[in-house]
Amino acid sequence: MGPLVPDIISNNLNSIIALIIGIFFGAILEQAGFSSSRKLVGLFYGYDFTVLRVFFTAGIVAMVGVMALSYFGYLDINLVYINPTFLWSAIIGGLIMGLGFVLGGYCPGTSFCAASIGKIDAMVFIGGVFVGVLIFNEGYPLFEPLYKSAYWGSPRIFDTLGMSQNVFAFFMVVIALLAFWFTSKIENKVSKVKITNFNSKPLFLSFVAFGIILSLSAYILPDRKEALLRKVNDENYLKSAQIEKMTVDELAFRIMDEYDNKLQIIDFRNLEEYTKFALPKSIAFTIDNFFEKEPNKVLTTKGKINVFVANDEITEKKMALLANDLGYKRIKILDGGLDKFKKEILEYKPITEINTLDEEYSNRFRFKASKIIPELIKNNVSAAPVEKKQKRVIGGC
Amino acid sequence: MENTKYMNPYLAWILLGLLLLATIYITGRGLGASGAIKSYAIATVETIAPSHTQNTKFYQEYKKEHSGNPLMNWLVFEITGVIIGAFLSGLVSNRLNLTFEKGPKATNRMRIIGAIIGGILWGIGSQLGRGCTSGAALSGLAVFSTGGIITMFAIFAGAYMFAYFFRKFWL
Repeated sequence: MGPLVPDIISNNLNSIIALIIGIFFGAILEQAGFSSSRKLVGLFYGYDFTVLRVFFTAGIVAMVGVMALSYFGYLDINLVYINPTFLWSAIIGGLIMGLGFVLGGYCPGTSFCAASIGKIDAMVFIGGVFVGVLIFNEGYPLFEPLYKSAYWGSPRIFDTLGMSQNVFAFFMVVIALLAFWFTSKIENKVSKVKITNFNSKPLFLSFVAFGIILSLSAYILPDRKEALLRKVNDENYLKSAQIEKMTVDELAFRIMDEYDNKLQIIDFRNLEEYTKFALPKSIAFTIDNFFEKEPNKVLTTKGKINVFVANDEITEKKMALLANDLGYKRIKILDGGLDKFKKEILEYKPITEINTLDEEYSNRFRFKASKIIPELIKNNVSAAPVEKKQKRVIGGC
Repeated sequence: MENTKYMNPYLAWILLGLLLLATIYITGRGLGASGAIKSYAIATVETIAPSHTQNTKFYQEYKKEHSGNPLMNWLVFEITGVIIGAFLSGLVSNRLNLTFEKGPKATNRMRIIGAIIGGILWGIGSQLGRGCTSGAALSGLAVFSTGGIITMFAIFAGAYMFAYFFRKFWL
């Protein structure tokens, strides 16, 4: 599950990755024509909108990609850097940058591209940015009130607007397509020549089709968690689906067996109940944890048997089905839930009337377990819910 | 052989989008540019006037968030790559030469002053906006960041707002 840094890719390797990503970034920007200031500012005077189109759609491709990756569980968005929102600082900073754009003809990234192919004006521009940063740093006390005002945290745009992620993405794609069409009209009018961007019909049509498919898929794809929950909450499905069960006796045996390092109890009760009473070898878990990077490492640990427990068996079964759908293996549920476990093991009353040998063994075992396991539980008070190391990557400029 | 044609814009946007997606997937962060200049600026001040950095609020706050050498920064490596990549691209497409680009009616003096002042404004603006077109607008859009998207609209709004007054520079 992404992001691959820092678990799969170390921080040192990340620097090399940065270099490689940069090489591609620079080459693409240069190839797309972002190294020419006249081409860049063209979008503000109506004669060349290439930059706007490349920029806008690249953002949307990445946006839909991020959405799809997190939908299919390949990317934990909670670990990705989300630029924080400081309302006034963002607006005024943006306006200043806009003014700088029409004056200087570049933005910082493109000025580097232009400078590396020998544009002298871009080198001057970079010098200007350097000075500008120094001015900000030295004059920080002056800028600070603005810089830190109206802090909203790191909200995401669909939350701010109060719509779902899919709807927002859908609108963005539609707006982008309209903007493409509209800007080509303006271009043709301003430059009084037919620009070839939209002449190659099959290409353009396939592009539009791709955009529409993209937007529709963004619209149709529901929130994955909701969809899965709806599926497992369906009664018929719940009845027909089969999940391997572990009996209360086996669970008791495995808890008491110190050499058993396979058992891993995944506890789905709420945190309050969990802190009051937690079995040894157990980890508190929530539905949300399934979709997060750190916690779900627990479920993929090799050689473990994951026993899902909750107060009742139905909840266990729902969670187990959900986990199966998400591709987790070796999952069992506790027969009868913790309620049965409590009744038949922890609060076991030895029976006096024993008829068969089986009953005799069972009686002896359960009586022993009812003495030992509460002790183990008492010694296990330090058990904490699964630790979430939510270290967001530090990003931004 | 003269070959200065630019890449098909459709290909460019697909590639750029996929690159940004790969960046987020691999590193958990987006692309950026102005942050690299910031790192260089801080490193320069640290070298020239170390006592100044210790006494000034901005550098103290920066040090609190970023430990170690300011040049050991992800964006510094990335920008080094950008320079290499753009250079190679220019080499391949035969666009490497020392030129001075300006609008047909603009004088050299106008262009130089415009570039310096424009750069300074970007320097200040990108600090306020916590990123430039790459770091705040493009990467912010990709992760649906409210702040990034606001900055993006503000950049374009600002540019359109002021474009008229500087049309002599470009038209």
